[in-house]
Amino acid sequence: MKELSLNILDIAMNSVKAGAKNITISITESGDVLSIAITDDGCGMTKEQTDKLSDPFFTTRSTRKVGLGIPFFKLAAEQTGGKLEIKSISSEDNQNNHGTTVFAFFYKNHIDFTPLGDILSTVITLIQGSPDIDFHFMHITDDRNVCFSTKEIREQLGVIPLNEPEILNWISDYIKEQYE
Amino acid sequence: MKTLAELAAIKAKMQEKVAMREGAASTRIVVGMATCGIAAGARPVLNAFVEEINKEGLFDKVTVTQTGCIGICQFEPVVEVYTPDNEKVTYVKMTAEKVKRVVSEHIKGGNIVSEYTIGNAK
Repeated sequence: MKELSLNILDIAMNSVKAGAKNITISITESGDVLSIAITDDGCGMTKEQTDKLSDPFFTTRSTRKVGLGIPFFKLAAEQTGGKLEIKSISSEDNQNNHGTTVFAFFYKNHIDFTPLGDILSTVITLIQGSPDIDFHFMHITDDRNVCFSTKEIREQLGVIPLNEPEILNWISDYIKEQYE
Repeated sequence: MKTLAELAAIKAKMQEKVAMREGAASTRIVVGMATCGIAAGARPVLNAFVEEINKEGLFDKVTVTQTGCIGICQFEPVVEVYTPDNEKVTYVKMTAEKVKRVVSEHIKGGNIVSEYTIGNAK
């Protein structure tokens, strides 16, 4: 992956497939460290599944025998001296409180650091593909806080789907403004 | 400055359009967005389709959706176009530049851009 924002898109797609109603993407930059957390309230995974997750030859899919999403993201973190951690509670184990958090941190000054890239595109792509899921996005750096939640606009829009082009454009401009 | 109040105006404008669109026969553009697709460049392809369909005023007749891996990772980014006559065309190794031609020639004009299809892939 050429950008960490593409890894984020890929990992968040797992949350979509896990049936999440809420997906939170939070990026924090402080000094030399960039950390990314993707949290969902989807079906979660059992301990056995979580343990095997960084093995590229483990997947629950039947179409192919490899799953490279998590190994790619882990590699991107570890090649900078950082780390990836996954915490998950399966809905089989706890019906009321389940979901997955994928957390990774990176050292930005390391020569093998992958740039974050076009994170706005990732957020828009996720909303376009899953207009019924609530996405919460935060990007906190030493000098700026960017924050957006589909929840705040869903109340305004009622039955209008969030992936109408005019709405997507509005969201894109709304987030862009916060970066200026 | 963007405000939430602007959304109320967009909503009023949209409501009619959305109601009208329901049930209309439509063309579907499906973009593969699994790890393989994303790594090969599916994100800009998807966004180019959304933009182009909107720009050409085709949003009422065409929907752009995402799907997972369909098993031909070496050809990603893969895009499938389903037309109302139940035909399916598979475009492979797509780029944002190729999207323009697919929209104008195939989606608007009804002529498949055969040089981008899987049948012509090496």
